[in-house]
Amino acid sequence: MKSEWKIWFLRGLRDGVPIGLGYFAVAFALGIQASGAGLTAWQSTLMSVLNVTSAGEAAAIGLLGVGTTYVELAFTQLVINIRYLLMSCSLSQKIAPETSVLHRMLIGYGVTDEIFGISMGVEGKLSPAYSYGAIAVAVPGWTLGTLLGAVLGNILPLRAVSALGVALYAMFLAIILPPARKSKVIAGLIVVSMLASAGLLLLVKRFALDGFSEGFRIIVLTVTISLVAAILFPVKEEGREAARDGE
Amino acid sequence: MVNNIVLAIVVMALVTYLIRVTPLVLIRREIKNRTVRSFLYYVPYVTLSVMTFPAILSATAVLWSALAALVVAVVLSLCRCKLPVVALAACVTVFAVETLLF
Repeated sequence: MKSEWKIWFLRGLRDGVPIGLGYFAVAFALGIQASGAGLTAWQSTLMSVLNVTSAGEAAAIGLLGVGTTYVELAFTQLVINIRYLLMSCSLSQKIAPETSVLHRMLIGYGVTDEIFGISMGVEGKLSPAYSYGAIAVAVPGWTLGTLLGAVLGNILPLRAVSALGVALYAMFLAIILPPARKSKVIAGLIVVSMLASAGLLLLVKRFALDGFSEGFRIIVLTVTISLVAAILFPVKEEGREAARDGE
Repeated sequence: MVNNIVLAIVVMALVTYLIRVTPLVLIRREIKNRTVRSFLYYVPYVTLSVMTFPAILSATAVLWSALAALVVAVVLSLCRCKLPVVALAACVTVFAVETLLF
């Protein structure tokens, strides 16, 4: 039992290494954005170790930079990160039913797009030790990247900062585009979402709708488009398979 | 208004953690409602698309480097390149284009 636990942990550690490296680069860019929005290095680091969510943190940094409320911040996290709800539902089927509540609470901390991806790729039931292994390498990569980005971001030449600014968006594209090759619905959804996002931004600027903040735009577009898509194109059961390709 | 950044960070962390942990602790059966399942399934694609575009166009010093990075990231993602590769290639593209321009 003890050695089995160790094997699972090491496997999680091994599979987590590329995730940790990818997180480091992306978090570095995030740290730069955070310090640009006025957060201190220690605040950015705290945010990363407590939240571990690229999209959520990026949105929060945007909101904090221009001024926001606690309610808007909480609601933005709810909408942007609601996907973790579905992932955790799938994950609850993947772990053994007898897994203790404490283990479930610890695994929950590490539910990210990427860790979820590798976890669902494991054969058979998932051991909590696998998640701990992945978390043990992915979270330090994420946190350290944020810290160094926040500290070194101001020292780096402007051109390097400019270059790192696209890392986060490139990562998002790398998550959403591969499944679009297999699914016309997802491909169409991505195009429609991007066009709607650009359209709404133009509208907001054209008519100076200052109350329509970035977080609010994300919420409105996400709920509306996802709901329409869910009604028009309900997913079949292989939907979860496609989700796995997002890793 | 947010006047305490640390409190704001704790609030968002709490929301995100509850989203992640609640299904794991409470639900042991899969969601059966097809519309809810479908909605939750589409959410990440829509959210990440909306966040990426057009924001990526203003993420760099000039529009052209961002456009080039967007094209490179899209092509590499469609070719199923690994996530760190796509991120790095996009950064290198911006750096190269801006070096050429300035």
